[in-house]
Amino acid sequence: MAEPVLATHGLSKAFGALQASDGISIDLRPGEIHAIIGPNGAGKSTLIAQICGALAPDIGRVEFLGRDVTRASTEARAARGLARTFQTSALAMEDTVLQNALLGALGASGRPWRFLARADRDASLRTRAEAALEAVGLADLAELRTAELSHGQRRQLEVAVALTLAPKAFVMDEPMAGLGQEGSKRLTGFLDGLRAQAPILLVEHDMDAVFALADRISVLVYGKVIATGSVEEIRRDPRVRDAYLGEEA
Amino acid sequence: MSRESWLNAALLLALVVVPGWALWADEPFTITLATRAVIFALAAVGLNIALGMGGLVSLGHAVFFGIGGYAMGILASHAQNYTALMEWPFVIEGTKSMPVIWLVAVAASSCAALVIGLLSLRTSGVYFIMITLAFGQMMYFFAISWPAYGGEDGLSIYVRNGFPGLNTLVPIQFYGICLVWLCIALLLYARLMRSPFGLALNAARQVPARVRAVGLDPRRLQLVALVISGGITGLAGALFADLNRFVSPSMLSWQMSGEIMVFVIIGGVARLFGPVAGAGFYVLLEHLLGGVSEFWQIFLGLFLLAVVLFGKGGLVGMIAGRRRDG
Repeated sequence: MAEPVLATHGLSKAFGALQASDGISIDLRPGEIHAIIGPNGAGKSTLIAQICGALAPDIGRVEFLGRDVTRASTEARAARGLARTFQTSALAMEDTVLQNALLGALGASGRPWRFLARADRDASLRTRAEAALEAVGLADLAELRTAELSHGQRRQLEVAVALTLAPKAFVMDEPMAGLGQEGSKRLTGFLDGLRAQAPILLVEHDMDAVFALADRISVLVYGKVIATGSVEEIRRDPRVRDAYLGEEA
Repeated sequence: MSRESWLNAALLLALVVVPGWALWADEPFTITLATRAVIFALAAVGLNIALGMGGLVSLGHAVFFGIGGYAMGILASHAQNYTALMEWPFVIEGTKSMPVIWLVAVAASSCAALVIGLLSLRTSGVYFIMITLAFGQMMYFFAISWPAYGGEDGLSIYVRNGFPGLNTLVPIQFYGICLVWLCIALLLYARLMRSPFGLALNAARQVPARVRAVGLDPRRLQLVALVISGGITGLAGALFADLNRFVSPSMLSWQMSGEIMVFVIIGGVARLFGPVAGAGFYVLLEHLLGGVSEFWQIFLGLFLLAVVLFGKGGLVGMIAGRRRDG
């Protein structure tokens, strides 16, 4: 089996009496989409925060590309190739769509200390930013202010900014949230192709999308991974039905 | 050309026409007023980099303004008294040369901004305001209790410092120097705004989490912004002290910090010419109403209130509408 790109080992985090993560060990292998599902309050966001570096675990390790990054800052992990999208769009609303994409390209270039050059006339930044917008279908809206985008378009821009980083792994926090059926379907198709570029750790509520995309699924309940397996295995698992899927499956 | 570009051009034109008229009509006091406005505008352009681009609400910019002022006062007072600034381990003489004074003023105020930034950028919001205010008060009381350079009474300079090829005692010539500096600062602001650094700093103000997620450190961006900002405000301080041929602790007071912030807010936060409009308006109001009542700032207060409540873009925003570019 190929070496995992991203892995957590016994990740635990408590907030007072609440055990938000309880010994979570998951991994993300090259070329796969690994979905994390679980009811509200299962600790999905806490897990992502620890993987991306916004939150330090009490115990356990995070490994990325074979290196221990548990103590590394968010920006250091991003610079190494870990790209995330946010559950609620974190975009510079006053800036244009292109500027948001340029920011990602600038981060990837690692050269923000240029004070007199023009960011929008830097060929390499621009090529990268425009390619990402093109990929998610926002190329025509590049000059629009981000605040004027619809909710769905903002979700697309979230993904585009992650693309500009040309990352080694994606961590996506509910990219389908609030997209509606049509948008959800389109993004599903897009992510399907994206896994060839870099593996995706996908936290998602939209079960149709998860079942259509995931190579593996892990089920998180009360901070614990109660099952990991293929779509079929998870569908059949009685514990998962009890804990989460209920009528849906 | 957008409406804002027209407004900017008109303001720039006014900065040339008004003193030109004053020169023709032999009204040197008007030139002095205009010089005052230009220097305040320069200080406010400095603050606008931290406040407008970086979102750093600094109530301590008088520190940089005052350090610039004292850089001028200390160097020039040693030069006029023919005493060395320092004799050991090597001799440093005072100077009456403006370029050297400017260099020292910018270096000293940037260094102060670096130190203050390293400590205060650990906080944000109200705490950042408070900690910058605290640094300001520290410097203020330090200046008051330091008798070597005048303490509470400040330092007077007999003759304005010199610039090669110019007679700086002629009001219009000194005005020209200040205007050139303001134009350079505005040009720098405009370039920064569109630069890769400005792009990242703008985003760091709006969504720091996003900036971290693309691999950049928002605090480092803000620190650099504060250093550039402090340097420009420090330069303005040196010019202001030269205008008055006098520097005192009042340049370091929190009221001074507040005034610089008022220039930016009245004129328009994050607008290129906001500081120019704000400082010009302030000096005009001070001159027109100051003669009517010593409580003229009541009117300024009312106007500030109106700007904050009704027009977030300040004067520039009211006239030119919402900001278009990023």
